[in-house]
Amino acid sequence: MARLRLFGPAREAAATGTASVDGSDVDGVLAEARRRYGPGFAAVLATSQVWVNGEVADGGRAVVDTDEVAVIPPVSGG
Amino acid sequence: MLVPPETGDWTAVTSEPLPVGAVADWVVRSDCGAVVTFSGMVRDHSEGRSGVVSVEYEAYEEYVGPRLQAVAAGARRRWPELGRVALLHRVGLLPVSAVSVVVAVSSPHRAEAFAAGRFCIDTLKETVPVWKLETWADGSAWAGPCEVVA
Repeated sequence: MARLRLFGPAREAAATGTASVDGSDVDGVLAEARRRYGPGFAAVLATSQVWVNGEVADGGRAVVDTDEVAVIPPVSGG
Repeated sequence: MLVPPETGDWTAVTSEPLPVGAVADWVVRSDCGAVVTFSGMVRDHSEGRSGVVSVEYEAYEEYVGPRLQAVAAGARRRWPELGRVALLHRVGLLPVSAVSVVVAVSSPHRAEAFAAGRFCIDTLKETVPVWKLETWADGSAWAGPCEVVA
């Protein structure tokens, strides 16, 4: 289980910005998110970075309830 | 209320209007003969699209501050003679011509001020977790990634 944060097009595709999602590592959390939010979300996820607690993380990174997994689409600030 | 820090670099993410003049004043220091200020504002067109009427900026607010601090630190590593550095980004729904970002740096001489200011805005656009949704007369879309800097 981890807290999932979604931004920009990922948030729009999932129609939510925050969720609690089951999974013992990043790949597990993202698989559950794809199941929950569908192909539109999966398409955005495919072009996004994934952060855990503010840092880029690999799919095998273990997560616990207090970890925050964030989907970071290509940024466009400025 | 945006208040500059007593020490260190001024970084902020805010829904308030950005005080460009106050930021430019804040970077002035007695040992610095050069100040470069960059303001980015909402433009009425984007890649392949005209008639943009507003832009909504969304941020991963918890991490904008740390990433802005990292940009400032990167500039200081490259140009150790820098005086003050300020990096502020606005969020929320902004009309055309509203200031969305301001960067200001001071240094003893102009060459490093120009170079550091350019570095800061370019690196900010590539690394800070902010997204913009552009709205025009009959639609809206998330902007693509920032243009690659030549």
